[in-house]
Amino acid sequence: MINISEVLETNTMIQRENFDVRTITMGISLLDTIDSDVKRTCEKLREKILERAEKLVRTGDEISADYGVPIVNKRISVTPIGLIGGSCCKDAEDYVRIASTLDECAKQVGVNFIGGYSALVTGGMTCADELLIRSIPEALSRTERVCSSVNVGSTKQGIDMDAVRLMGEVILETAERTRETDGLGCAKLVVFCNAPDDNPFMAGAFHGVTMPDTVLSVGVSGPGVVKAAIEECAGASFEVLCETIKKTAFKITRVGQLVAQEASRRLGYPFGIVDLSLAPTPAVGDSVADILKEIGLAEAGAPGTTAALALLNDQVKKGGLMASSYVGGLSGAFIPVSEDQGMIDAVKAGALTLEKLEAMTCVCSVGLDMIAVPGDTPASTISGIIADEMALGMVNQKTTAVRLIPAPGKKVGDMVTFGGLLGYAPVMPVNTFDCSRFIARTGRIPAPVHSFKN
Amino acid sequence: MKKAIITVVGKDTVGIIARVCTYLAEDSCNILDISQTITGGYFNMMMIVDYTASQRHFAEIRSDLSKLGAEIGVEIHVQREEIFEKMHRI
Repeated sequence: MINISEVLETNTMIQRENFDVRTITMGISLLDTIDSDVKRTCEKLREKILERAEKLVRTGDEISADYGVPIVNKRISVTPIGLIGGSCCKDAEDYVRIASTLDECAKQVGVNFIGGYSALVTGGMTCADELLIRSIPEALSRTERVCSSVNVGSTKQGIDMDAVRLMGEVILETAERTRETDGLGCAKLVVFCNAPDDNPFMAGAFHGVTMPDTVLSVGVSGPGVVKAAIEECAGASFEVLCETIKKTAFKITRVGQLVAQEASRRLGYPFGIVDLSLAPTPAVGDSVADILKEIGLAEAGAPGTTAALALLNDQVKKGGLMASSYVGGLSGAFIPVSEDQGMIDAVKAGALTLEKLEAMTCVCSVGLDMIAVPGDTPASTISGIIADEMALGMVNQKTTAVRLIPAPGKKVGDMVTFGGLLGYAPVMPVNTFDCSRFIARTGRIPAPVHSFKN
Repeated sequence: MKKAIITVVGKDTVGIIARVCTYLAEDSCNILDISQTITGGYFNMMMIVDYTASQRHFAEIRSDLSKLGAEIGVEIHVQREEIFEKMHRI
């Protein structure tokens, strides 16, 4: 039977170490809402989302109360809208109508984000995909809760550089259209390489076309819990350190599994996956950078950071994999800057640069995340940063992503504030040497060779 | 069997266990295990109860005990047992 020390350990994690279930995400397929008329498509998808997600928020709150563990967000992901609007959207404005409908649905059912305003264009863009991508700035400036993502590359297909070039312009324009909130629209826009088939974590969430009609997935978090656990093994060997992280990740993920199964049972839809991530928040003590410091670095970004992060990411996966029957999404350690107080401090202290972050993305969960750059950064430079990050993902067979915020009117050292879970960030310097001739080339970078690894 | 874990944390005082047990007995909740520690004058108690026979909804037990805790001056949490079972047992 459970003993008092186990009960106190669990409750200490929740009450003092910021352990929470980050999200229950309901994935809803919208493939059956496709229509040749945009008005009909909007009506059909509204009807479906409202019906499926009607009890999502209430059920999440009930599970949270029953187990005494916070479930911070309830969210929805939908089939990439580039596919849904293909036959009815004649111009970008038609896509924006769909985005507005999604936003209204999110508000009506009470979820804080709805993800899937997305296009998958690794092998090139269809006319519909291109229309959707061009509509993103307008869609994100007119909606509050819609999240958008574009998958521009993969290990097996290479990188669509036309889409990379376009995304540089789209990100800049999105920032400009949401100027009064420091470019907040860009915090809801992710560019991926090797996006997973299905992903419940915002802002890159979408419901995979390979998934059943409606599924429930859970994202867990808990950097504070991992940090507290490794405080106990100061000076210990790597073996002890790794075992401690693994055990902690196991415990965290088990709660995610429980919540996912319970949500599935109560709502009557299948359980999809648990995303076993260490996702930080701006709250003090809920930081991945603080874990790196606890491992032995003065600041995130110091020499040794990439190795420490690689170790952390791997142990989190090893511990979490056994704890859940189905693991998926972006599982691993996230390293967003604005959402992590320790990362913000490291940037302010001059320890962490964009280039070091790029190296860290080779071994972290995803990629360059929530990084504010000067508002006058040229579109081609943003595309260049995206291309570099996509190349890392393509060659190393991992998911990488870029979520940059070129903060309008802001210079290096200024602060931008997004609020809530999105946090705040110091504007970081970008290499100012030009790459426009490279980005101006058209077409694709071919898929890399899968042998002769060196 | 539907099991819940009740935790009581607060300053030690006379009658904490009595008040909680009285409530549980009146509601037909069977106590399966009980343990407590006192560290630095703070009272930590954990009870495993079977609430299968309870006439009340789980949410009601939770809020009743939370109010009772407020009256005594301690914090009382009621959680379904599975969260601990899942986390600490393979």
